[in-house]
Amino acid sequence: MAVLRCETMPVRSQQDVVAVRQSVRSWAVAQGLSLVDQTKIVTAASELARNTLDHGGGGTARLEAVSDDGRAGLRLTFEDRGPGIADVSLAMTDGYSTGKGLGLGLGGAKRLSNDFDLWSRAGEGTRVTITKWK
Amino acid sequence: MERIPILRMGPFLIVSIQVDMHDRLALTLQADLAARISETGARGLLLDISSLEVVDSFIGRMISDIAGTSRVLDAETVVVGIQPAVAITLVELGLSLPGVRTALNVEKGMALLRAATADARQWDAAAGSETSSENADGSAAM
Ligand SMILES: Nc1ncnc2c1ncn2[C@@H]1O[C@H](COP(=O)(O)OP(=O)(O)OP(=O)(O)O)[C@@H](O)[C@H]1O
Ligand SMILES: [Mg+2]
Repeated sequence: MAVLRCETMPVRSQQDVVAVRQSVRSWAVAQGLSLVDQTKIVTAASELARNTLDHGGGGTARLEAVSDDGRAGLRLTFEDRGPGIADVSLAMTDGYSTGKGLGLGLGGAKRLSNDFDLWSRAGEGTRVTITKWK
Repeated sequence: MERIPILRMGPFLIVSIQVDMHDRLALTLQADLAARISETGARGLLLDISSLEVVDSFIGRMISDIAGTSRVLDAETVVVGIQPAVAITLVELGLSLPGVRTALNVEKGMALLRAATADARQWDAAAGSETSSENADGSAAM
Protein backbone atom coordinates (compact mmCIF):
# COMPACT_ATOMS: atom_id res chain seq x y z
CA MET A 1 0.00 0.00 0.00
CA ALA A 2 1.34 3.40 -0.97
CA VAL A 3 0.71 6.68 0.81
CA LEU A 4 0.34 9.42 -1.79
CA ARG A 5 -0.33 12.38 0.46
CA CYS A 6 -0.34 12.94 4.20
CA GLU A 7 -1.34 15.73 6.54
CA THR A 8 -1.65 15.98 10.32
CA MET A 9 -4.19 18.32 11.89
CA PRO A 10 -4.64 19.35 15.52
CA VAL A 11 -7.77 18.27 17.39
CA ARG A 12 -7.76 20.63 20.34
CA SER A 13 -11.00 22.60 20.00
CA GLN A 14 -14.51 22.27 18.60
CA GLN A 15 -13.40 24.48 15.69
CA ASP A 16 -10.64 21.94 14.97
CA VAL A 17 -13.31 19.21 14.76
CA VAL A 18 -15.17 21.30 12.15
CA ALA A 19 -11.89 21.84 10.25
CA VAL A 20 -11.19 18.06 10.29
CA ARG A 21 -14.67 17.35 8.87
CA GLN A 22 -14.08 19.86 6.09
CA SER A 23 -10.62 18.54 5.18
CA VAL A 24 -11.81 14.94 5.23
CA ARG A 25 -14.61 15.91 2.85
CA SER A 26 -12.24 17.51 0.36
CA TRP A 27 -9.76 14.60 0.55
CA ALA A 28 -12.62 12.12 0.07
CA VAL A 29 -13.71 14.01 -3.03
CA ALA A 30 -10.12 14.06 -4.32
CA GLN A 31 -9.87 10.28 -3.80
CA GLY A 32 -12.96 9.81 -5.94
CA LEU A 33 -15.26 8.41 -3.23
CA SER A 34 -18.98 8.46 -4.01
CA LEU A 35 -21.18 11.03 -2.29
CA VAL A 36 -22.54 8.39 0.11
CA ASP A 37 -19.03 7.16 0.96
CA GLN A 38 -17.82 10.74 1.43
CA THR A 39 -20.68 11.34 3.84
CA LYS A 40 -19.93 8.11 5.72
CA ILE A 41 -16.24 8.83 6.23
CA VAL A 42 -16.83 12.47 7.15
CA THR A 43 -19.40 11.35 9.73
CA ALA A 44 -17.03 8.69 11.12
CA ALA A 45 -14.26 11.31 11.27
CA SER A 46 -16.54 13.66 13.17
CA GLU A 47 -17.29 10.96 15.76
CA LEU A 48 -13.64 10.03 16.23
CA ALA A 49 -12.40 13.64 16.32
CA ARG A 50 -14.97 14.43 18.99
CA ASN A 51 -13.84 11.42 21.01
CA THR A 52 -10.21 12.59 20.70
CA LEU A 53 -11.24 16.00 22.02
CA ASP A 54 -13.82 15.07 24.66
CA HIS A 55 -12.49 11.78 26.02
CA GLY A 56 -8.80 11.95 25.02
CA GLY A 57 -8.26 15.56 26.07
CA GLY A 58 -7.17 16.55 22.55
CA GLY A 59 -4.75 15.09 20.05
CA THR A 60 -4.26 14.86 16.32
CA ALA A 61 -5.94 13.65 13.16
CA ARG A 62 -3.78 12.31 10.33
CA LEU A 63 -5.22 12.18 6.82
CA GLU A 64 -3.61 9.90 4.25
CA ALA A 65 -4.50 9.44 0.63
CA VAL A 66 -3.62 5.78 0.01
CA SER A 67 -3.54 3.43 -2.91
CA ASP A 68 -3.51 -0.36 -2.81
CA ASP A 69 -3.21 -2.34 -6.01
CA GLY A 70 -4.52 0.65 -7.92
CA ARG A 71 -7.47 1.08 -5.55
CA ALA A 72 -7.76 4.55 -4.01
CA GLY A 73 -8.65 5.04 -0.39
CA LEU A 74 -8.65 7.52 2.45
CA ARG A 75 -7.07 6.53 5.75
CA LEU A 76 -7.60 8.53 8.92
CA THR A 77 -5.81 8.15 12.24
CA PHE A 78 -6.97 9.83 15.44
CA GLU A 79 -4.50 9.81 18.27
CA ASP A 80 -4.34 11.17 21.79
CA ARG A 81 -2.32 10.74 24.98
CA GLY A 82 -5.39 10.81 27.18
CA PRO A 83 -6.62 8.30 29.78
CA GLY A 84 -7.05 5.47 27.28
CA ILE A 85 -9.92 2.98 27.25
CA ALA A 86 -9.93 0.38 30.02
CA ASP A 87 -12.34 -2.03 28.33
CA VAL A 88 -12.23 -1.70 24.56
CA SER A 89 -14.96 -4.20 23.74
CA LEU A 90 -17.30 -2.50 26.20
CA ALA A 91 -16.47 0.90 24.67
CA MET A 92 -17.29 -0.50 21.21
CA THR A 93 -20.76 -1.56 22.34
CA ASP A 94 -23.56 0.62 20.98
CA GLY A 95 -25.19 2.56 23.77
CA TYR A 96 -22.18 2.42 26.10
CA SER A 97 -20.92 5.84 27.13
CA THR A 98 -18.99 7.10 30.12
CA GLY A 99 -20.22 10.61 29.27
CA LYS A 100 -23.64 11.84 28.28
CA GLY A 101 -23.35 10.74 24.67
CA LEU A 102 -25.45 8.13 22.92
CA GLY A 103 -22.50 5.75 22.87
CA LEU A 104 -22.75 5.38 19.09
CA GLY A 105 -19.46 6.99 18.10
CA LEU A 106 -17.04 4.06 18.08
CA GLY A 107 -19.46 1.40 16.83
CA GLY A 108 -20.86 3.82 14.26
CA ALA A 109 -17.39 4.79 12.99
CA LYS A 110 -16.59 1.09 12.53
CA ARG A 111 -19.80 0.46 10.57
CA LEU A 112 -19.20 3.51 8.40
CA SER A 113 -15.66 2.48 7.40
CA ASN A 114 -14.18 -0.47 5.52
CA ASP A 115 -11.21 -1.02 7.85
CA PHE A 116 -11.19 -0.17 11.54
CA ASP A 117 -8.38 -0.51 14.03
CA LEU A 118 -8.39 0.62 17.65
CA TRP A 119 -5.36 0.65 19.93
CA SER A 120 -5.67 1.89 23.47
CA ARG A 121 -3.94 1.39 26.77
CA ALA A 122 -5.12 2.75 30.12
CA GLY A 123 -2.98 5.73 31.10
CA GLU A 124 -1.23 5.94 27.72
CA GLY A 125 -3.75 7.01 25.14
CA THR A 126 -5.88 5.94 22.23
CA ARG A 127 -5.33 5.57 18.50
CA VAL A 128 -8.09 4.76 16.05
CA THR A 129 -7.42 4.19 12.34
CA ILE A 130 -10.15 3.88 9.74
CA THR A 131 -10.01 3.49 5.98
CA LYS A 132 -12.63 3.97 3.31
CA TRP A 133 -11.86 2.39 -0.05
CA LYS A 134 -13.21 3.51 -3.37
CA MET B 1 -21.56 35.48 19.71
CA GLU B 2 -22.29 33.42 16.63
CA ARG B 3 -25.95 32.32 16.41
CA ILE B 4 -28.28 30.51 14.03
CA PRO B 5 -31.21 32.84 13.16
CA ILE B 6 -34.73 31.83 14.16
CA LEU B 7 -37.53 33.26 11.99
CA ARG B 8 -41.14 33.64 13.06
CA MET B 9 -43.97 33.07 10.64
CA GLY B 10 -47.37 33.36 12.33
CA PRO B 11 -47.70 30.52 14.83
CA PHE B 12 -44.55 28.80 13.57
CA LEU B 13 -40.83 29.19 14.04
CA ILE B 14 -38.50 28.41 11.16
CA VAL B 15 -34.82 27.57 11.35
CA SER B 16 -32.60 26.81 8.42
CA ILE B 17 -29.17 25.54 9.40
CA GLN B 18 -26.72 26.75 6.76
CA VAL B 19 -23.38 26.24 8.48
CA ASP B 20 -21.30 23.34 9.71
CA MET B 21 -22.04 23.83 13.41
CA HIS B 22 -19.49 23.21 16.11
CA ASP B 23 -20.93 21.59 19.22
CA ARG B 24 -21.41 24.74 21.29
CA LEU B 25 -23.27 26.47 18.47
CA ALA B 26 -25.63 23.49 18.27
CA LEU B 27 -26.28 23.67 22.01
CA THR B 28 -26.90 27.43 21.77
CA LEU B 29 -29.48 26.85 19.03
CA GLN B 30 -31.21 24.25 21.17
CA ALA B 31 -31.46 26.67 24.11
CA ASP B 32 -32.49 29.63 21.91
CA LEU B 33 -35.27 27.58 20.35
CA ALA B 34 -36.71 26.50 23.68
CA ALA B 35 -36.69 30.14 24.84
CA ARG B 36 -38.35 31.42 21.65
CA ILE B 37 -41.06 28.75 21.72
CA SER B 38 -41.97 29.62 25.26
CA GLU B 39 -41.82 33.41 24.63
CA THR B 40 -43.92 33.33 21.49
CA GLY B 41 -46.21 30.41 22.28
CA ALA B 42 -45.32 29.03 18.85
CA ARG B 43 -47.31 25.93 17.90
CA GLY B 44 -44.84 24.52 15.43
CA LEU B 45 -41.17 24.43 14.51
CA LEU B 46 -39.79 23.78 11.06
CA LEU B 47 -36.14 22.73 11.05
CA ASP B 48 -34.61 22.83 7.59
CA ILE B 49 -31.39 20.78 7.40
CA SER B 50 -31.15 20.56 3.61
CA SER B 51 -27.78 22.35 3.68
CA LEU B 52 -26.29 19.95 6.22
CA GLU B 53 -23.87 17.55 4.54
CA VAL B 54 -23.13 15.70 7.77
CA VAL B 55 -25.32 14.73 10.70
CA ASP B 56 -23.28 12.90 13.29
CA SER B 57 -24.43 11.51 16.64
CA PHE B 58 -24.10 14.91 18.31
CA ILE B 59 -26.25 16.78 15.80
CA GLY B 60 -28.61 13.81 15.66
CA ARG B 61 -29.09 14.00 19.39
CA MET B 62 -29.59 17.76 19.15
CA ILE B 63 -32.38 17.23 16.64
CA SER B 64 -34.09 14.62 18.84
CA ASP B 65 -33.70 16.86 21.89
CA ILE B 66 -35.16 19.87 20.07
CA ALA B 67 -38.17 17.80 19.01
CA GLY B 68 -38.57 16.49 22.56
CA THR B 69 -38.29 19.91 24.18
CA SER B 70 -40.74 21.55 21.80
CA ARG B 71 -43.23 18.74 22.39
CA VAL B 72 -43.07 19.45 26.11
CA LEU B 73 -43.63 23.14 25.28
CA ASP B 74 -46.68 22.18 23.20
CA ALA B 75 -45.13 22.75 19.76
CA GLU B 76 -44.81 20.27 16.90
CA THR B 77 -41.44 19.83 15.17
CA VAL B 78 -40.92 18.83 11.56
CA VAL B 79 -37.42 18.29 10.20
CA VAL B 80 -37.19 18.85 6.46
CA GLY B 81 -34.71 18.30 3.66
CA ILE B 82 -32.49 15.52 5.00
CA GLN B 83 -30.12 14.70 2.14
CA PRO B 84 -30.31 11.06 0.95
CA ALA B 85 -26.62 10.40 1.70
CA VAL B 86 -27.15 11.80 5.20
CA ALA B 87 -30.20 9.59 5.74
CA ILE B 88 -28.27 6.46 4.69
CA THR B 89 -25.37 7.40 6.96
CA LEU B 90 -27.63 8.14 9.94
CA VAL B 91 -29.18 4.69 9.78
CA GLU B 92 -25.77 3.00 9.55
CA LEU B 93 -24.54 5.11 12.44
CA GLY B 94 -27.45 3.69 14.44
CA LEU B 95 -29.55 6.84 14.70
CA SER B 96 -33.10 6.62 13.45
CA LEU B 97 -34.29 9.91 15.02
CA PRO B 98 -37.14 8.29 16.96
CA GLY B 99 -40.07 10.58 17.60
CA VAL B 100 -38.94 13.13 15.01
CA ARG B 101 -41.35 13.95 12.18
CA THR B 102 -39.72 14.48 8.83
CA ALA B 103 -40.81 15.83 5.46
CA LEU B 104 -39.01 15.94 2.13
CA ASN B 105 -39.08 19.71 1.70
CA VAL B 106 -40.18 22.97 3.30
CA GLU B 107 -43.52 23.03 1.50
CA LYS B 108 -44.49 19.54 2.69
CA GLY B 109 -43.16 20.32 6.14
CA MET B 110 -45.34 23.43 6.42
CA ALA B 111 -48.38 21.46 5.27
CA LEU B 112 -47.68 18.86 7.95
CA LEU B 113 -47.34 21.54 10.63
CA ARG B 114 -50.56 23.27 9.56
CA ALA B 115 -52.45 20.00 9.63
CA ALA B 116 -51.03 19.01 13.00
CA THR B 117 -51.80 22.36 14.60
CA ALA B 118 -55.26 22.58 13.00
CA ASP B 119 -56.14 19.34 14.78
CA ALA B 120 -54.86 20.83 18.00
CA ARG B 121 -56.96 23.99 17.44
CA GLN B 122 -60.13 22.01 16.95
CA TRP B 123 -59.37 20.16 20.12
CA ASP B 124 -58.67 23.42 21.98
CA ALA B 125 -61.90 24.97 20.66
CA ALA B 126 -63.91 21.96 21.77
CA ALA B 127 -62.31 22.20 25.18
CA GLY B 128 -63.11 25.93 25.28
CA SER B 129 -59.50 26.83 25.91
CA GLU B 130 -58.09 30.29 25.28
CA THR B 131 -55.30 29.11 23.05
CA SER B 132 -57.71 28.91 20.12
CA SER B 133 -57.98 32.70 19.85
CA GLU B 134 -54.21 33.10 20.04
CA ASN B 135 -53.90 30.64 17.22
CA ALA B 136 -56.44 32.47 15.13
CA ASP B 137 -54.35 35.65 15.51
CA GLY B 138 -51.18 33.83 14.63
CA SER B 139 -52.66 32.19 11.57
CA ALA B 140 -54.13 35.44 10.29
CA ALA B 141 -50.67 36.97 10.34
CA MET B 142 -49.34 34.33 7.96
N1 LIG C 1 -10.09 8.78 22.62
C1 LIG C 1 -10.65 8.24 23.72
N2 LIG C 1 -10.01 8.30 24.92
C2 LIG C 1 -10.58 7.75 26.03
N3 LIG C 1 -11.78 7.14 26.05
C3 LIG C 1 -12.46 7.05 24.90
C4 LIG C 1 -11.94 7.58 23.66
N4 LIG C 1 -12.83 7.33 22.68
C5 LIG C 1 -13.86 6.68 23.26
N5 LIG C 1 -13.64 6.51 24.58
C6 LIG C 1 -14.53 5.81 25.56
O1 LIG C 1 -15.43 4.97 24.84
C7 LIG C 1 -16.77 5.30 25.16
C8 LIG C 1 -17.64 5.08 23.94
O2 LIG C 1 -17.30 6.02 22.91
P1 LIG C 1 -18.41 6.41 21.83
O3 LIG C 1 -17.84 7.42 20.90
O4 LIG C 1 -18.93 5.14 21.24
O5 LIG C 1 -19.55 7.04 22.72
P2 LIG C 1 -19.61 8.49 23.40
O6 LIG C 1 -18.51 9.35 22.89
O7 LIG C 1 -19.66 8.30 24.89
O8 LIG C 1 -21.00 9.03 22.90
P3 LIG C 1 -21.37 9.56 21.41
O9 LIG C 1 -20.14 9.40 20.57
O10 LIG C 1 -22.50 8.72 20.92
O11 LIG C 1 -21.76 10.99 21.60
C9 LIG C 1 -16.74 6.74 25.63
O12 LIG C 1 -17.82 7.07 26.48
C10 LIG C 1 -15.39 6.78 26.35
O13 LIG C 1 -15.50 6.27 27.65
MG1 LIG D 1 -18.15 9.60 20.87
